[in-house]
Amino acid sequence: MYRETEIIKEPSGNDPVDSGDMIINIGPQHPATHGVLHLVITLNGETIKKVEPHLGYIHRSIEKMCESLSYRQFIYITSRMDYLSSHINNHGCALCVEKALQLEVPPRAQVVRVLMDELTRIASHTLWWGAMAMDVGALTPFFLAFREREMINDIMEETCGARLTMNYTVPGGVMVDLHHEFQRKVKDFIAHFKSKIDEYDELVTDNVIFKNRTVNVGVISKEDAISYGVTGPSARASGVSCDIRKLYPYAVYDKLQFEEIIETAGDSFARYVVRMKEMRQSLSIVEQLIDNIPEGDFQAKTKAVLKLPKGEFYTRVETARGEFGVYIVSEGGTTPYRIKFRSPGFSNLSALDHIARGSKIGDLVAIMGTLDFVIPDIDR
Amino acid sequence: MGFEYISNAIHHWLYETFNPSMALFMEFLLVAISIITLFSLLGLVLILMERKVSAWMQVRLGPNRVGPKGIFQTAADTLKLVVKEGMTPDGADRFLFNLAPFIVMITAMMLMAPLMFARGLQIWDINIGVLFFSAISSISVIGILMAGWASNNKYSLLGAMRSGAQIVSYELSAGLSVLTVIVLTGSLRISDIIESQNDGWWIFKGHIPVIIAFVTFIIAVTAETNRAPFDMAEAESELTAGFHTEYSGMKFALFFLAEYINIFIVCAVGATLFLGGWMPLHIGHWQDFNHIMDFIPSSIWFFGKTFLLIFVIMWFRWTFPRLRIDQLLNLEWKYLLPISMANLLLVTIVAITKWHF
Repeated sequence: MYRETEIIKEPSGNDPVDSGDMIINIGPQHPATHGVLHLVITLNGETIKKVEPHLGYIHRSIEKMCESLSYRQFIYITSRMDYLSSHINNHGCALCVEKALQLEVPPRAQVVRVLMDELTRIASHTLWWGAMAMDVGALTPFFLAFREREMINDIMEETCGARLTMNYTVPGGVMVDLHHEFQRKVKDFIAHFKSKIDEYDELVTDNVIFKNRTVNVGVISKEDAISYGVTGPSARASGVSCDIRKLYPYAVYDKLQFEEIIETAGDSFARYVVRMKEMRQSLSIVEQLIDNIPEGDFQAKTKAVLKLPKGEFYTRVETARGEFGVYIVSEGGTTPYRIKFRSPGFSNLSALDHIARGSKIGDLVAIMGTLDFVIPDIDR
Repeated sequence: MGFEYISNAIHHWLYETFNPSMALFMEFLLVAISIITLFSLLGLVLILMERKVSAWMQVRLGPNRVGPKGIFQTAADTLKLVVKEGMTPDGADRFLFNLAPFIVMITAMMLMAPLMFARGLQIWDINIGVLFFSAISSISVIGILMAGWASNNKYSLLGAMRSGAQIVSYELSAGLSVLTVIVLTGSLRISDIIESQNDGWWIFKGHIPVIIAFVTFIIAVTAETNRAPFDMAEAESELTAGFHTEYSGMKFALFFLAEYINIFIVCAVGATLFLGGWMPLHIGHWQDFNHIMDFIPSSIWFFGKTFLLIFVIMWFRWTFPRLRIDQLLNLEWKYLLPISMANLLLVTIVAITKWHF
């Protein structure tokens, strides 16, 4: 069902530009785009007739760069794509290499990876929450969100040595063992975040103005979400079951108790609610694992230079934004012949024009906020 | 020795020393100097207050580097804005572009005239004081429209158009809620309105209809001053900076200052009409209590009430998300306006039957 495709029909009968329309450039430098996204918007008064995203302002040709890097090195570049879920990107790439090498990852490394993944997801969603609230005009949540995100960053810094682009995952496991303070700090964070997430709900979710701004705004139907390739929380808000952690479990996700959050409304508020509930789910995953980290090696024994067998390999993981796919074509050498990343942001952005047509310019920021774009992820 | 005595003394001294026209000119000069001083003081205090209040709500410290507790931060910012080049964009209408900030500023200044800052401290006790407020405050929208149009920028134009629609709409309910107090007082003169609250403020005396009017008034003036959650005209996540996108340097500072002065003025009007202005908290015939309250100087009462209302408006800004423009107009035309109209009818009945205290 999830893989079904449908031909996207061109909306007929609304030729975008006629006299009296105003074409306005939002970005590349604009507070609402959170980066260098450039949207050319055709407006009729305040109503949006067409949104045309222009990409490429932060294109670094990461896929091409990967072709000249070894299988250990290319993972580090992927942190720079979706920098808010860098650890999950690294995980996806490592999984692909391990699949090709048929490498068994030690259980400790698997659990540590999942722990880091979920902490990253919480950090990403908290930042999204703040930025989303800022987009609809409430400035305070941004600072509250940073307060919690800072705690996760500190935990990451201790163990991985970096706060944003962790580069902690290597083929065969993780780079170093956990910091001895890791468990205590994560437990502190769990206790702290549990009370704060209720505060988030109190401050923003139940606010009348916020509901006015998001309920029935930017609706995308289940069929459209599938045909545009929308994944992640944005698709689950439309009722599409697409959580890779549930559908194609990797690492230890099949042994964990968690729910795939699915809403059916498909509007901005549903996308918001899905992410808020996902934070709680991630928190419960972290809670389940933090006391059950198996002892043992944190890295499998691998050769110094990895050589993948000839063939094509594809793995996917669930990042904070949706499905992240890694496709490696190997000729049997030490560097990949071709690498393709399926980044969630790019597909989600393709639906923006469809969602935003007919809504007000004020809604556009609410829609963009709930689709949660990270621009380097779109451009790569 | 009150303010009345001082102003009378100055008045008499001026008229005895100079010829009448010269004395009048000197009086104007004195008033102008004191208003400008008050202006800059208010600007400094309010901007610092906003930054400190927001910092307090956002788990930050706020400005704390320039001077003790950062009290000279605003002065430093002003200095920076003064020395900055005030650019005029190429495609702009130069005359209107440069005129607009002054119109906004001058209207804010004019609104100071009928305000009664303390017992006997008032520049102009005009007999249509309240009407003067609603008349002059509508002029500032011309300045905003002018700024948006003359900038030749699409963001500015959208911001200005939004602001126009918004201010014109919310004037109505602000006016109607002000009328409730006028109905009860029977006078438009500010000093009369304050005097009528000698035995209790209107918000207590007028019970339900005046409380409704007060709430409507606060919502309407928040919208009229373009403050969040009604800051459609600026809406930085949609329109970067709205109508003042193209302004820089001192011209921007004038808009910025005018926004804060306008907040002060609308809160002062709210405090005057509903909370008794400089009038201390008097309760009916409790002579002893009233007498103790009289010991607190009237200026402290006035500024205390005004800053309380300003704090409430700042609280709105740092808590609420922003409304959308059509929801904003819906709120006014579908809810606030009918409520204010019904409320006016209610208060008229209350006034006729003397149900108020």
